[in-house]
Amino acid sequence: MLLTATLFAPLVGALLVALVPAAREETGRLVALGASLVTLGLAVILAARFQTGEAGFQLGMTAEWVPAFGVSYRVGVDGVSLPLVLLTTVLTPLAITGSWRMTDRPRTYLALLLVLETAMLGVFVSLDLFLFYVFWEAVLVPAYFLIGSFGGERRVYAAVKFFVYTLLGGLLMLVGIIALFWLHQKATGTPTFDYEALVDFQKAPSTQRWLFAAFFAAFAIKTPVWPFHTWLPDAYTEAPTTTTVLLAGVMSKLGVYGFLRYALPLFPDGARWAQPLLLTLAVAGILYCALVATMQRDFKTLVAYSSVSHLGFIVLGIFAFNLQGLQGGVFYMVAHGLVIGGLFFVTGMLEERRGTRRIEEFGGLQQTVPRMAGVMLVLTLGSVALPGLVGFVGEFLTLLGAFLEHRVYAVLATGGVVLGAVYLLWAYQRMWQGPLEREENRAMTDLTGREWAILAPLVAAIIVLGLFPGPVLDRVEPSAQRVVEQTQAPSP
Amino acid sequence: MHPLAQANTEPLPLPQVDWRAIAPELALLVAGVVLLLVVAFWPKAGRNVLAGLTLAGLAVAAALTAWNWDLERVAFEGAISLDGITRYARAVLLAVGVLATLMVVQGDVTGRAGDSPEDRPAPDDSPPEVFPLLVFALLGMVLLAAASDLLVVFIALEILSLSLYVLAGQTRRLAAQEAAMKYFLLGAFSSAFLLYGIALCYGATGTTNLLGIATATADPTADGTLLLAGVGLLAVGFLFKVSAVPFHMWTPDVYQGSPTPVAAFMAAATKVAAFAVFLRVFAGALGGLVVSWRPVIAAAAVVTMLGGAALAVVQTDLKRMLAYSSISHAGYLLVGVAAAATVPAGVSASMFYLLVYAFMVMGAFMVVQYVSRLGPPDDDAIRERSSLEDYRGLARRHPWAAGLLAVFMLALTGIPPLSGFWAKYYVFLAGIEAGLTWLVVVAVISSVISAFFYLRVLVVAYLQEPVGDAEAAPGRTPALGLALALAGLLTVGIGLAPEALISAARSAERILG
Repeated sequence: MLLTATLFAPLVGALLVALVPAAREETGRLVALGASLVTLGLAVILAARFQTGEAGFQLGMTAEWVPAFGVSYRVGVDGVSLPLVLLTTVLTPLAITGSWRMTDRPRTYLALLLVLETAMLGVFVSLDLFLFYVFWEAVLVPAYFLIGSFGGERRVYAAVKFFVYTLLGGLLMLVGIIALFWLHQKATGTPTFDYEALVDFQKAPSTQRWLFAAFFAAFAIKTPVWPFHTWLPDAYTEAPTTTTVLLAGVMSKLGVYGFLRYALPLFPDGARWAQPLLLTLAVAGILYCALVATMQRDFKTLVAYSSVSHLGFIVLGIFAFNLQGLQGGVFYMVAHGLVIGGLFFVTGMLEERRGTRRIEEFGGLQQTVPRMAGVMLVLTLGSVALPGLVGFVGEFLTLLGAFLEHRVYAVLATGGVVLGAVYLLWAYQRMWQGPLEREENRAMTDLTGREWAILAPLVAAIIVLGLFPGPVLDRVEPSAQRVVEQTQAPSP
Repeated sequence: MHPLAQANTEPLPLPQVDWRAIAPELALLVAGVVLLLVVAFWPKAGRNVLAGLTLAGLAVAAALTAWNWDLERVAFEGAISLDGITRYARAVLLAVGVLATLMVVQGDVTGRAGDSPEDRPAPDDSPPEVFPLLVFALLGMVLLAAASDLLVVFIALEILSLSLYVLAGQTRRLAAQEAAMKYFLLGAFSSAFLLYGIALCYGATGTTNLLGIATATADPTADGTLLLAGVGLLAVGFLFKVSAVPFHMWTPDVYQGSPTPVAAFMAAATKVAAFAVFLRVFAGALGGLVVSWRPVIAAAAVVTMLGGAALAVVQTDLKRMLAYSSISHAGYLLVGVAAAATVPAGVSASMFYLLVYAFMVMGAFMVVQYVSRLGPPDDDAIRERSSLEDYRGLARRHPWAAGLLAVFMLALTGIPPLSGFWAKYYVFLAGIEAGLTWLVVVAVISSVISAFFYLRVLVVAYLQEPVGDAEAAPGRTPALGLALALAGLLTVGIGLAPEALISAARSAERILG
């Protein structure tokens, strides 16, 4: 029940926000913030009740939904999904706070953010493949309206491209899900989409390959894995900044989570078959997107490409098929969410102040807005994986995992670490250091109380989790170990 | 002995009249005749009275359908069969009839049309004969769904077609007249194909009864050439009625030209009835020949899905776009038909799809009707406001209409958890079960293409700013509002809790013949 309450609290909040009269915008904002904070509170209780050391699913709930199709409402969390649930519930109230001064249809916007939260949480906690698919596609609708209705100049193009591209992947996965369901029914006579039952069900290696390919289509596009990333720079750049925070912070984890939760345990043979391809694509993505990021003039696009590049490390870790890689992958998901969220928040704050995101328009900001520059420094260093900050733990573990599996990939990916340091620090240098040349930049104001409220929790989490990653890693470990065992299970 | 000679020697059997079996049809017949008489002899009867009578007739028919729900038998010497398809189609068709009546009656209750001489009639204003015609069309449709003799099929098809030809052309608009003419000419053409097909089937098997044809096709020694030619012509006739590519040419013109309520009715109800008989004839009677006809139907499904979707992408008029979308949806249904001969789920999936599709597409047309009322008809041609341009910024000015439009468009796209998703899912499931995975993959591709044009409507309604001054208020639209609420609730409600209707469709799987 607790998990179900956490899952649907934002949706209820969205309905309430929609019911607030149009004239009372302030009430609408408060309701939205309240709903997201209640969700966060529920998620914290959830985390407190979570039994560390257990590999299986906990705190779950099962109910019939459409028995005719074997579809049930089945949710639960384990060490892999719990951190992501927390990440989602932390970032959403921050995104709502970040949208506080929005004037264009704020109620609609906030309601959509809350719907998006429920849909994304649903993907993380579903334990029924059908339910998972429903949430997976349900993410598209609020995201589409958020990008297309509130975004920048090319918002319609970006929104449609995002929608259609992701829908294509999702539908191919649906074909895979139906086929899996049907094979299971044929073999056992029970129609079910139950995750555990389908994982235990033995599938022939040849079947696994094409089923893996169907799921790969969805996850590779959503993550995105290079070269399926072309929708992303458009969507991230055109979306309103607080939406981008959720897209980059949480939605990008849906794809890698899908690999980890579904593609690997369901199709271990298929995954092993595809491992070289995935590792190659991950490394290629890390390097390519890092290079592209280096050349960006728009800081938001730069961060968008850096996001794709860093997601490559997560894919690398997951497809190392060992404990270090998987554990690191999950930790990196959280780290990436915190850091990339912070980076996009600061981008939005700069844009609010200056009306531009072009790197060359800035310079020497340290002198006028030292506090903002300090926060930005932490975020940048967190992103380039400075030891002691959160990014390091994830990057180290994923690279270690990859190294243990295939040295070449780890060595090549390390090049991406170096490039990451290059483009992020170079951008920092151009925007925040050096002489203060432009007159407009002198008048900039430093962080307000509201902005501190957004950035302080992120900075605190980046430092604390960087120094003490233990609590998270402890909870992830048994579940990650379970995935490792499932992946290395001998084929029938 | 040649089957024809054999047939000649048999005495013509006098059918046992089974009143109960055709009770809903009789109720509709009575309602239609009463309505005709009222229109003829009591010209002062208002549209509300006529609509009330129509709804009463539909209610009686629905009650009789419920009374007959558990009846499973073949009546009239095999001419009528009562089985799952019949009752499911009856229920859906009557529900569609109710929604269509609500849409039609809206033509006059706003008080805009005909109040004063300088008022032009509203775009969808129609003469009172529309009510009896609607009921007769429904009569033809329910009869078609129950027909298990090719001659009854033909008669039912003519009843519904003749009513629809007139319905399409009943307003003064030139486009409507043109639509009616086109529909009539091409419809007559396809009827001829169908009739020729029936004749060839009779020639090959010596019977027009579907049970008899099923028995005849089971005989492996029989010469199949004549029968196959007949089956091919039957397929052409049915494919025309369900507007499958390449027999779809009439659909966009007719949907765009017809009054919106009629277009909605045609899009929803004709599909239900035509697919019901399609399933009964092909999956039922001709199930033994599945190897021969499945490739044809599968090929038609491919070109229909892709062709409909691809052509819809370039449309700029919402009604026309919905016409192409309905073509594309006919393609998904054909996947169900192709699967139906070997897997029973194909039948139930198709029936469930028809139910869901009927409400989605009618809902979409209702929004068109609502938006058409927003502004005054602006020129002598009484232009309908169905161009996409008319929807610019709809969300800002009419959030409820835009919200419902979004629900219907997303449901038509197949986004969970709306009803259209389950329908598509069920058809895909049946397709994979029948070993037609490749066809399902094509269906997926078509779904993605179709997302483009459904989204485009939402782009226009939500993402673009309104132009010009705010339109005149639509006046009071209680009937249309009710219809919209019903369609919207059904689309969302079936999406959240589809179980009961899927179970009902499952019970429709067995075809009696």
